[in-house]
Amino acid sequence: MARECPAETEIYSGRQRSAAAAKCAFSRPRKTLRSFPALKLPLCLLLAALLLAPGLAKAHFLPPRSENIEAQKRAEERGIPVPTELEVFDRPNDDGSSVLLSFEVPTADEDTAVMAQASVDKVWQDCAEKPVLLSELPRHIDEPRYYSGEELSPEHAQQYSLTVDSVMLPGEDGALALQPLETGRTYSFRLMLYKNGGDPAAGRIAFLAGDAAPLEQWFNTAFLNQVLMALVFTMIMMGAIFAARQNPNLFIRRIAGLEAVDEAIGRATEMGRPVMQVNGLDPLTSASTVAAVNILGRIARRIASYDSTLMVPCVDPVVMTVSQETVKQAYAEAGRPDAYRSDSVFFVTDQQFSYVASVCGFMMRDRPAAIVYLGAFYAESLLLAETGAGTGAIQIAGTDSQHQLPFFVVSCDYTLIGEELYAASAYLSREPMLLGSLKGLDIAKAIVMLLILLGTIMATAGQDILTRWFTPL
Amino acid sequence: MSWEIIGIWVATLLTFGIASFLYKDNPVYKIAEHIYLGVALGYGLTIYFWDSIKPNAIDKVLPSDGSAPEYLVWIPIVLGLFILLRVIPSLAWLSRWSFAVYIGGNMGILVPSVIANLLMPQLASAMRPLYDTAQPLNAQWGPLIGQAVILIATFATMIYFFFSLEHRGFVGKLSRLGVLFIMISFGAGFGYTVMARMSLLIGRFQFLIIDFFGRALGLRIG
Repeated sequence: MARECPAETEIYSGRQRSAAAAKCAFSRPRKTLRSFPALKLPLCLLLAALLLAPGLAKAHFLPPRSENIEAQKRAEERGIPVPTELEVFDRPNDDGSSVLLSFEVPTADEDTAVMAQASVDKVWQDCAEKPVLLSELPRHIDEPRYYSGEELSPEHAQQYSLTVDSVMLPGEDGALALQPLETGRTYSFRLMLYKNGGDPAAGRIAFLAGDAAPLEQWFNTAFLNQVLMALVFTMIMMGAIFAARQNPNLFIRRIAGLEAVDEAIGRATEMGRPVMQVNGLDPLTSASTVAAVNILGRIARRIASYDSTLMVPCVDPVVMTVSQETVKQAYAEAGRPDAYRSDSVFFVTDQQFSYVASVCGFMMRDRPAAIVYLGAFYAESLLLAETGAGTGAIQIAGTDSQHQLPFFVVSCDYTLIGEELYAASAYLSREPMLLGSLKGLDIAKAIVMLLILLGTIMATAGQDILTRWFTPL
Repeated sequence: MSWEIIGIWVATLLTFGIASFLYKDNPVYKIAEHIYLGVALGYGLTIYFWDSIKPNAIDKVLPSDGSAPEYLVWIPIVLGLFILLRVIPSLAWLSRWSFAVYIGGNMGILVPSVIANLLMPQLASAMRPLYDTAQPLNAQWGPLIGQAVILIATFATMIYFFFSLEHRGFVGKLSRLGVLFIMISFGAGFGYTVMARMSLLIGRFQFLIIDFFGRALGLRIG
């Protein structure tokens, strides 16, 4: 659907061209920055500082174009709706793959359809396979990740947002096919309006939108709140760890389930039966699995000193390997490296229910006197815990899997709920690093409570700034 | 007898074999368990090879479509091979490099993900107005009480997870209130999950009734 593109000098006067170039907030040539790599860091810092100032990322809107007046007359004659506030600009916070056409169509009906066209080598080319119904088009406020309502004025946030990321270009075989927009290249765009659901036979009118170049942004301002939260909490944690190193005798409240671990290991030793630890189903990418392996080290050290036996059936090969290292280290620390058996930590399978079938079999045949479930669990939790209870073992569970906690509570002797699992490492080891982390978490929780209180009061008073600030995009 | 009917017979016998564990550990259960384990391992290995090793390693190092090899892929391949070196005790230490990259990289990915998907949405959800100030308060006692209960439950539960404070006096009472709310939540969660498990049981009975009794044995059901 190629059409002749009027020469740019015919479309724009010099003043309009300047305005069109200025309305793209990120339309600087990229090679300027790349030519001075030493400037990247200072520019990054400067840009980050600028982003903190509200309102700087606002789009610049132009008055209606004079060249669209004729098109408007023709559209009215043919009964085609007319767009207003038509603009085109680089889509903020993206990877330089697209631009946005922003507009409003006050007289649109349910059959009104639109499609963008881009000028490539002075020929207008379609930017989509077919027109899209206006009723199916999102508005800026529907796409907060790319263009949040905060960056636009309220009336502009309600405008239609047509994303253009490709244009019809001839391929090697000469046939037209959609190809991605070239990052950094400036295109002219226009908006085609159709009636009768996009039927070209029913007529269509083109409205010039202007020039824009898809440019990649270094920073996604939609994630600024997350970065700030991460920085604040990191500083709190580091401060607390530093304080814990100065004073290692920090208070931690009693955690009943952990005090039962010694009792369970002692019982297993007296009965001459093994202690089994199940590290959950998640890989080491899960924080709860890391916590479980950490506690395994403490339990293994106690088992080594009691000369008892350990069984750790694993569902993940990496968890198995790290667990083997941890247990080996624990036996060495306990002064019993000779008692370590590498087959005490073993791989079963990575399939959930076959793992359950096998571990239940181990429980019934080896009859462990104590079973410790730590980590992330899913539907297998009750099957394992019920079988363990059936063998008469002392069972201690700890997980942050919210939906499985009730099953552990009803079928285990002690249960570490949620964050108690993470606190367990610090409780058992009293290492300054872990103690400090725990204290830091408590401070963070206090801040979160204050924020919730403040946010609720503000929201009740009609100010939802805090609520919106904490809403991830 | 078609392969499909043979498959239904095998699945039914294995179902009864696994279910026999409800009575006690027995040889039939052991057979079913070991078949299940072996099949799952073989299946898992096949999936790993075709979904991960071949497209992400072999096809990129030795592309069959004539494209240029991706040399950066050698970094994860070498790190993966380091893990296999654990079988050679003198080189086992190299696997620690692999684990360091694996755990460190994943933790880096995890932190922003937790902030974006867990912390912030919960914070935003908790900061809701107690009532609509534009409407008369008399008509909003229900929402007001509901929101207040949510707020108190949130605070009390968070107090329970304070490890720096001894749970005595006022803090102790608040903490016990938090435990109460946690248990109420667990009760609701328990019922909900049990119902989901019932659907699994129903699915197995449907298999036995429709596929085994209906198709394999040819009995008329219903």
